[in-house]
Amino acid sequence: MYEALDHAHGGEGHWAFGTGFDEPLAGVDTTVPDGIDPADLGEYCLVLGDDALVLAQRLTQWITAAPELEEEVAIANVALDLLGQARLLLARAGSVGVLGRSRDRATESIPDEDALAYFRDLDEFRNSGLVEAPNGDFARTMVRLLVAATVRLAVFTRLRGSRDPVLAAIAAKGVNELAYHRDHAARWVLRLGDGTAESHRRAQAAADTVWPLLADVFTATDVERRLTEAGVAVDPADVREEVSSVLTQVLDQATLRVPAWPADTAPRGRVGEHGPELAELLGTLQGLARQHPAATW
Amino acid sequence: MSLTSEGGHGAVPTGAEIPVEPRPAASRRDWPLYEVFVRGKRGLNHVHVGSLHAPDDEMAVHAARDVYTRRNEGVSIWVVKAADITASSPDEKDPLFAPSGDKVYRHPTFYEIPEDVPHM
Amino acid sequence: MSAPTLERPAPDEAALQRQFDATIAADHRIEPRDWMPEGYRRTLIRQVAQHAHSEIIGMQPEGDWLLAAPSLRRKAILLAKVQDEAGHGMYLYSAAETLGADRADLTDKLIERKQKYSSIFNYPTLSYADVGVIGWLVDGAAICNQVPLCRSSYGPYARAMIRICKEESFHQRQGYELLMTMMRGTDEQRAMVQDSVDRWWWPSLMMFGPPDDDSPNSAQSMAWGIKRHSNDELRQRFVDMSVPQAEFLGVTLPDPDLTWDEQSGHWRFGAIDWDEFKRVISGHGPANDERIARRRAARDDNAWVTEAATAYARKHDGGRPAEEHAGSAA
Repeated sequence: MYEALDHAHGGEGHWAFGTGFDEPLAGVDTTVPDGIDPADLGEYCLVLGDDALVLAQRLTQWITAAPELEEEVAIANVALDLLGQARLLLARAGSVGVLGRSRDRATESIPDEDALAYFRDLDEFRNSGLVEAPNGDFARTMVRLLVAATVRLAVFTRLRGSRDPVLAAIAAKGVNELAYHRDHAARWVLRLGDGTAESHRRAQAAADTVWPLLADVFTATDVERRLTEAGVAVDPADVREEVSSVLTQVLDQATLRVPAWPADTAPRGRVGEHGPELAELLGTLQGLARQHPAATW
Repeated sequence: MSLTSEGGHGAVPTGAEIPVEPRPAASRRDWPLYEVFVRGKRGLNHVHVGSLHAPDDEMAVHAARDVYTRRNEGVSIWVVKAADITASSPDEKDPLFAPSGDKVYRHPTFYEIPEDVPHM
Repeated sequence: MSAPTLERPAPDEAALQRQFDATIAADHRIEPRDWMPEGYRRTLIRQVAQHAHSEIIGMQPEGDWLLAAPSLRRKAILLAKVQDEAGHGMYLYSAAETLGADRADLTDKLIERKQKYSSIFNYPTLSYADVGVIGWLVDGAAICNQVPLCRSSYGPYARAMIRICKEESFHQRQGYELLMTMMRGTDEQRAMVQDSVDRWWWPSLMMFGPPDDDSPNSAQSMAWGIKRHSNDELRQRFVDMSVPQAEFLGVTLPDPDLTWDEQSGHWRFGAIDWDEFKRVISGHGPANDERIARRRAARDDNAWVTEAATAYARKHDGGRPAEEHAGSAA
């Protein structure tokens, strides 16, 4: 049936993600450089990977519910980028043997990225509270995306110089994507903040709800501290100023009041402390895969 | 109900009970329509690829990237409000540019030249 | 500055009609500003709009599995596919707009159930095998319908279809590949695939519409070149393609009357339950209400977003000078 099309256009596929969808780290040298603790490296990849996975899942909840079809397509693009980052990072964690308790349940046929995504328990997830909070309305979704993408972009920009070449490569690929995500969210925050009275009210409420979620984002865990010293990771405290400056700039222009910056607290999400909202999200994410632990998809 | 297989996914009602004419109230709610032009690769002209709705120029060019290039890099995109385009035949149903065969001398094939003339 | 408006001779309708007929006869394309008979225009708006609605509503049955896709690879594939369908809806609404329709208005007509969408999307997706079977059978049937539309006599529609068909071919392949993977998996997975084929086979055959002798508007559409093959012709082609694919997969098609007819070189199949078809398309399918409710919610719950962006554009000269904010850095 496709022959009829061949004359009409070149054979080159036009979707961004190809039809290959191979193993994320296929063909990559995954040797860990000397002086880096593989267990720490894997744990750090879970921190970064789980943030991406959980935020991708949150954004996917907008599909078939977004305002206007153009925005549907844009949100799907962001979610696909984040899903791609999650796959690479979880595969990197698996490649250094960090699999938590997932292998107790997942059979050999299941690749590392899926063992980690589908067969870890709640307390093994390392994402921050920032990404795990529910979407709320479109304003809250875009304010949260703005904040999360700004933080992540600042971290990834620095991670391009990581001593782990795999992590550095993942970061380099992610930087362009994250800049796009941040800018998309910023355009919306601007339009909602400076749009109608109602959108302004909603955007302000969104900022007021999202800002407190920054409390445990900038406190390094022991793993992050050790890896920062080893030249592998980025201490989140180091990006605080940059993040604050970008967010202030956007909110100011959006005629929104910048909420009080929350006091730092000890890491919670990063050490596996999560609320019922993540439990629910994981229930949906993992349910089918767990019903068929010996299946291949 | 009269049903016909038309469109991509099969039979749908096709009788007079299906309204087609727009009501102006909804049109006013919509974001403006933009036409999208993409330069697929260097060396080529921008080509019209389709249209989309956006609230303003900036959102339009980014939506165009999301929808019509699915974010492949290395292309150049133009967007223009459909309402800002001046067309050669402003009066619809005007046969101004109906195909006509009366100016064949404009076409290179009108001129018969022996095949052995070099570089023609 | 502008020239005086001078009167022109009144257009000669008969000449315009002759010109239109000649364009169709020569298999050339009709373009938006051409004169066209009112019936042609109305038929096209209806066809393209209901095609667009089908793409947009068609996101939902598969979209229901996006959050629960059983591997990250499958999740990415499905998300890219559902995203494509949003794009396809957009291309088609755009084509309808070249005929004087309006997307927001067409969306309202969908939500008010005045315009319809393909009945196939009123069936629920009960297992992940449904994602594969939708790709294989439903998208396969759609491809049979859609490939000829790439030569539709209306230019914007034909061009939208070329783009869509190009993307659809990935959709069908991912579906079949998922089913092959599942058939190589566990007994439970194989049972899921068979159950799914049992549920989707007949609705897929119904996608081609009523038999030719019960499809009153088909003849005019074929004469206008906006429909290229008859319902029964396309249905037969689909069955002939699918039977060997089912054999290769190792599933049974739920039709005891399915037999190879040596003489005609076609597979003969059993009678289709057209009563069920009519029930489902008139709104009594298992999932009609849910499908429409979700479109309505997307429109109504986010109306304030659309308005906000419009208000911002009004304040800021069409959003043009936005260079200061962080957003324009890239």
